[in-house]
Amino acid sequence: MSDLSPLDTPLSDWMNQSDLPLASTESRPARGVSPRLRIDLPDPTVGPLLKAQAVYKSYRKSSLEIPVLKGIDLEVRLGEFMAIVGQSGCGKSTLLHLLGTLDAPDQGEIHFESNRIDNLPNAGRELLRNKYFGMIFQFYHLLPELTTLENVLVPMMIAEDGIGYWRRRSQHRRRAIELLDLVGLAHRQKHKPRELSGGEMQRTAIARALMAQPRVLLADEPTGNLDKATGEEIIAILRRLNKEQKLTIVMVTHDAQIAAQADRTVALVEGRVQDGAVR
Amino acid sequence: MYKYLLGWRYLRTRYIALASIISVMLGVATMIVVNAVMTGFTREMQDRIHGILSDIVFEARSLDGRPNAKARMAEINEIAGEYIVGMTPTVHLPAMLGFTVNGQYIPKQVNLIGIDEKTYASVSNFGKYLQHPENREKLNFKLKESGYDVIDSQASGSSQVKPRLQMKNAGWKWRRHNARNAWPKLVVPEDQLKANPFYNPETAEVGSDFDPATEQHPGCVAGIGLFDYLGEDGSKLFLTLPGDDVDLTYPSSGRPVRMLSAKFTVTDFYESKMREYDTGFVFVPLRTLQELRGMIDPTTGEAYFNTIRIRLKPEVDLEMVRDKLRAAFPPHLYVINTWRDKQGALLAAVQMETAVLNVLLFLIIAVAGFGILAIFFMIVVEKTRDIGVLKSLGASSRGVMAIFLGYGLSLGLMGAGVGVIIGLLFVRYIDQLADGLGRLTGQPVFDPSIYFFHSIPTVVEAVTVVSIVLGAILIAILASILPARRAARLHPVEALRYE
Repeated sequence: MSDLSPLDTPLSDWMNQSDLPLASTESRPARGVSPRLRIDLPDPTVGPLLKAQAVYKSYRKSSLEIPVLKGIDLEVRLGEFMAIVGQSGCGKSTLLHLLGTLDAPDQGEIHFESNRIDNLPNAGRELLRNKYFGMIFQFYHLLPELTTLENVLVPMMIAEDGIGYWRRRSQHRRRAIELLDLVGLAHRQKHKPRELSGGEMQRTAIARALMAQPRVLLADEPTGNLDKATGEEIIAILRRLNKEQKLTIVMVTHDAQIAAQADRTVALVEGRVQDGAVR
Repeated sequence: MYKYLLGWRYLRTRYIALASIISVMLGVATMIVVNAVMTGFTREMQDRIHGILSDIVFEARSLDGRPNAKARMAEINEIAGEYIVGMTPTVHLPAMLGFTVNGQYIPKQVNLIGIDEKTYASVSNFGKYLQHPENREKLNFKLKESGYDVIDSQASGSSQVKPRLQMKNAGWKWRRHNARNAWPKLVVPEDQLKANPFYNPETAEVGSDFDPATEQHPGCVAGIGLFDYLGEDGSKLFLTLPGDDVDLTYPSSGRPVRMLSAKFTVTDFYESKMREYDTGFVFVPLRTLQELRGMIDPTTGEAYFNTIRIRLKPEVDLEMVRDKLRAAFPPHLYVINTWRDKQGALLAAVQMETAVLNVLLFLIIAVAGFGILAIFFMIVVEKTRDIGVLKSLGASSRGVMAIFLGYGLSLGLMGAGVGVIIGLLFVRYIDQLADGLGRLTGQPVFDPSIYFFHSIPTVVEAVTVVSIVLGAILIAILASILPARRAARLHPVEALRYE
């Protein structure tokens, strides 16, 4: 994580802007002392990269309230490859969405690099999702109208306005092609998602997730829709990213074999972290 | 950036959206065509009314008229001379026109107008509606030898113009022909007269030897509608031609009012294509009418008038000049109106018609708007997951909304753009289209013998076109607001889970 793009503002800088209503500033160290985001090695003063603290979440179906997460405490350390396992409906995807600010907890807090992020205003959450978190999903979720290359470029298109993007388009393209090359799809740039296999689509999704050089990759059942061999290829790519680029990965899976390849596994049972299941 | 790219791709891949473009397009094209025709029609009508009425009509209330037109005109000049181009005194009367066809006497109720042939052209476009080229150039009330228009001079090369073959014979030629075929004059031999015990050569009335083959009565220009009828083939035929004599019966000046009658020779037809005028007006020389009615003061020789027609410089505010004149002349003696005041009801009716048509037609575009609304809702539902993906990648609600608003804007722009082109082309070739349609259906779409225009009058006003286009675009945007808001409000997690 050495080559940072000019867009890559440190999150704490952005969060310190006074006009943004932040929920809590007390827990953050004073400015100047604040640990910056541009660090490559784990720093003991930083603490966990991503932290869930007593998180509760329930869904409402008509008048019925269904509790999904019942007090989750979880820490994701910088540079680790962590798997969250559990049966369908145990709340692992919900937890991942909460970590990725796609949703907000009913109770409890989510912290990212010691900053509370669950109560950020929309603009802040959007920025986090765009630049700091990369996400991949079970069903790949590529945009069918765009080519593979364009799909990879989407995070940059979102990050920059039309003119800015146009000015740096060759730079972005170069990086997108590098990423496609990294996942072995350089030859498929011009293809639409419907012309790709499941594995290729997931690899495109990984390239897209890496485009904005995120701090953490959140993967929701990345192999859930793939056959065993292809699934393993995907895990191998994630593994390699984690090893070579020190990319922090949080992966949700229901497959114990896949989970076994992570550094650490957290099991969720009925909305709680199972005692003793943390490896 | 993604907004433009996705908007563009949606535009290219969702052909269903073209359906809404087509309805916007049709609405815009129809509005342009209808407005062009309505405006053209209104202008044409106004031109014709204006051509007859001149800008301002200064009327004396009395049938006897008022003395000294020159002095009145000088006064008018003093008040508003700077705005005035020309003035002419006229005499306006209710009258009856009668003529004989095949032994039948046909009466018509008309407005008899005495005009000064030297100055009348300076206040109205009267001349251009006449049938003889010389009269169009410079009016006089003398019958011409021949040369009256067989093909309507106001028609511009439309294939539907039918020649008026009777006009070929009109003029002196026709008059001589009639005189030859008339009943011979009854001449009583002198010896028979002498045998009459009451005959007194000194008191015997000797008729003037009026020879209709070489002489004419005072000339009159009559509205063409007084004499015309349609032949079986749709061509125009006439009961009376220039060269025939007619009787005019009108009220005398002075008390008690008596009905006077005089013979006039029709020297030309007047055809403004406004049926109301063409069937209602007969023009005669001012001086002749004044003499016949006794409007000339025998002691001073001063002629009475009852109307002064005034033409103003272009772009002068008619109402302003009218109000100035109204303030200066006693209202119990004079009525002062602009040509618009005189045709207020007709013009207002046409204006109202245009407004109602526009409202109805705009509803077509509004319907197109609902089409866009429905199609966009469909697209938003179809794209729910993609919207979730965009949001998970950090796209803002505003950005997502912009995709669909931009999409609606492009549909509106495209629909309106194509609509403008089609509409303008339609207007440009409207006569050919009407002709073609007429041939196709065997029923003339635009029958000049009914409408009295040979080509469909059209006027395209830039302001109208721009407002139609803006209206269409606005509707397209308004229709995309609801779906766009729905898209923007989608919760990312729910959108991602959407099946």
